[in-house]
Amino acid sequence: MIDPVALFLLLLSASTPILFAALGELVVERAGVLNLGVEGMMITGALAGFAAAYHTGNPFLGFAGAALAGALIALPFAVLTQFLLSNQVASGLALTLFGLGLAALFGKPMEGVKAPAMSPGPLGLNWIVWLGLLMVPAIWWFLNRSRAGLILRGVGENHDAAHALGYDVRRVRIAAIAFGGAMAGIGGAFISISTVLQWTEGMTAGAGWIALAIVVFSNWTAPGVLAGAWLFGGVTVLQLRLQAAGVRVPVQLLSMAPYLATIIVLVAISARQKFSRRAGGTAPGSLGQDFHALR
Amino acid sequence: MNRRQLIASVAALTTISLAAPTWAQDEPLKVGFIYVGPVGDGGWTYQHDQGRLAVEAEYGDRVETTFIESVPEGADAERAITQLALAGNKLIFTTSFGFMDPTINVAAKFPDIKFEHATGYKRAENVATYDARFYEGRAVIGTIAGRMTKSNKIGYIGSFPIPEVIQGINSSFIHARKVNPDVEMKVVWAYSWFDPAKEADAAAALLAEGVDVILQHTDSTAPLAKAQEAGAIGFGQASDMAAFAPTPRVSSIVDNWAPYYIKRVGQVLDGTWTSEATWAGIGDGEVVIGDITDAVPAEVKAEAEALRDRIGAGEYHPFTGPLNKADGSVWLAEGQTATDQDLSGMNFFVEGISAELPQ
Repeated sequence: MIDPVALFLLLLSASTPILFAALGELVVERAGVLNLGVEGMMITGALAGFAAAYHTGNPFLGFAGAALAGALIALPFAVLTQFLLSNQVASGLALTLFGLGLAALFGKPMEGVKAPAMSPGPLGLNWIVWLGLLMVPAIWWFLNRSRAGLILRGVGENHDAAHALGYDVRRVRIAAIAFGGAMAGIGGAFISISTVLQWTEGMTAGAGWIALAIVVFSNWTAPGVLAGAWLFGGVTVLQLRLQAAGVRVPVQLLSMAPYLATIIVLVAISARQKFSRRAGGTAPGSLGQDFHALR
Repeated sequence: MNRRQLIASVAALTTISLAAPTWAQDEPLKVGFIYVGPVGDGGWTYQHDQGRLAVEAEYGDRVETTFIESVPEGADAERAITQLALAGNKLIFTTSFGFMDPTINVAAKFPDIKFEHATGYKRAENVATYDARFYEGRAVIGTIAGRMTKSNKIGYIGSFPIPEVIQGINSSFIHARKVNPDVEMKVVWAYSWFDPAKEADAAAALLAEGVDVILQHTDSTAPLAKAQEAGAIGFGQASDMAAFAPTPRVSSIVDNWAPYYIKRVGQVLDGTWTSEATWAGIGDGEVVIGDITDAVPAEVKAEAEALRDRIGAGEYHPFTGPLNKADGSVWLAEGQTATDQDLSGMNFFVEGISAELPQ
């Protein structure tokens, strides 16, 4: 009665915003930076992307604009944390609040207008969904098989060692933060341009926080992020779909499921750490720590 | 100044203003509003803010309004309402169902301040409640939905299973089935008043179920956007949502709070305000049916408008028997109409809706 293929297509679409944002945050965290500003960068991308799509009439230029705006708004965070060595948690939260407020202010003229419709790509899903899926192997390859990815991971695992080897820790981290911003921006723009087709204040409604949770859930791997995004997106779609079909299941149980899964995964990770020699576990070793080159 | 002194001085100011009405004329009446969503939601909160602006336009310098937007329902609401009370507002509108208990709690601490809570049922000496008979509007768009559906499946995106929303589902279903006996209603609960992405997903789930008319009791335009993609139709909710006309938005239910807000602020200004429960509908101009577009055949439009006018004139009540509850038991006998008390506690679907109502 519920077509599993149709359900899967709904899932792919629903999980795209959090997939983009979480992949971006994955790269940022692998570089050793904890950026809690995902929600702020997403909403900025949602507005900038929508405005760009509306004014140019081309949704793809909208996504380009969203990536640019996301990267730009992440830069103050990069300056604060990398040059002024301010606390990453506080700076990230500030970025979220700043982004939400800024988007609300500049979004006023965009209220009540409609974005140009996107032409569907293969299987009726638009191209951005496919781009998101492509980013998973691309980021996996970058992190695990490329030299640049190795340097980025080195910076994230032990910034002092990377510095001693002659790598520019700050530069790597700033590039990672900008990339994370661009990805979050695209994720946000997917909501405004593709899902809702309108700009409304606060429209990301907490997706950025889910993206942060997914990175932890993924154990800092790209395939893990995909699994996490599908789990969160899938459960949302499934519970709505079951309701529409009139199946009598307690909705609350399904809504709870992804969070429950996160807790179970975290417990499993920490249980494994107990028996492993590596003190820092699977999280990047220098995650959230300030780096200041003494020499 | 600590809080106690502040409260004391606020109280003192009130006494002075009561004792010396001529002096009080110079001081503008401060009116506060608490919104559940952002002003730019294009729906529910937007309409309340239009009401606030209408109050400013009506009374000019005699009033000073402030609002706090995107206040979550729950403990945080109490803090926000207290903040408005301490800021010297003499009349505070709290504009969502979930602000009910916080409003009552804060009102008990500020007996000199008048509160107005939207869509709730708890009142006090200084707390009035007001609501709109949305179900009257639902009857009209339910009629259009029943006539317009080709798949005979109508989808309804609910926010929370509370009486206000359940009335709307029942009313639209009753009137859709009246004009189309084969119609079925699919209900999806979003458990949010405003979450565009989730509302869009809910709409997509309904469309996948074969629904071709979507009704919504959530505040964003996302379901209309999804309906448009799939070639289905929908209705503007709370606000006109005219950006989606002529299709998918074929009509709308507009909440027009301005007359009520102007009236109540005026009563505070001239000292005649009392705590009461107001429940106004189409006849009072508080519920307005938005323009029915040309996507709707002329005879359906005429039928819907005739129903609207009969409800507005008080000739017809949308909940008129015979009506049974979903479990088959009799609710209203032939010709009997529902009382307001019945409606304000409505916690069941009427017969014919197969979806389960979460308790």
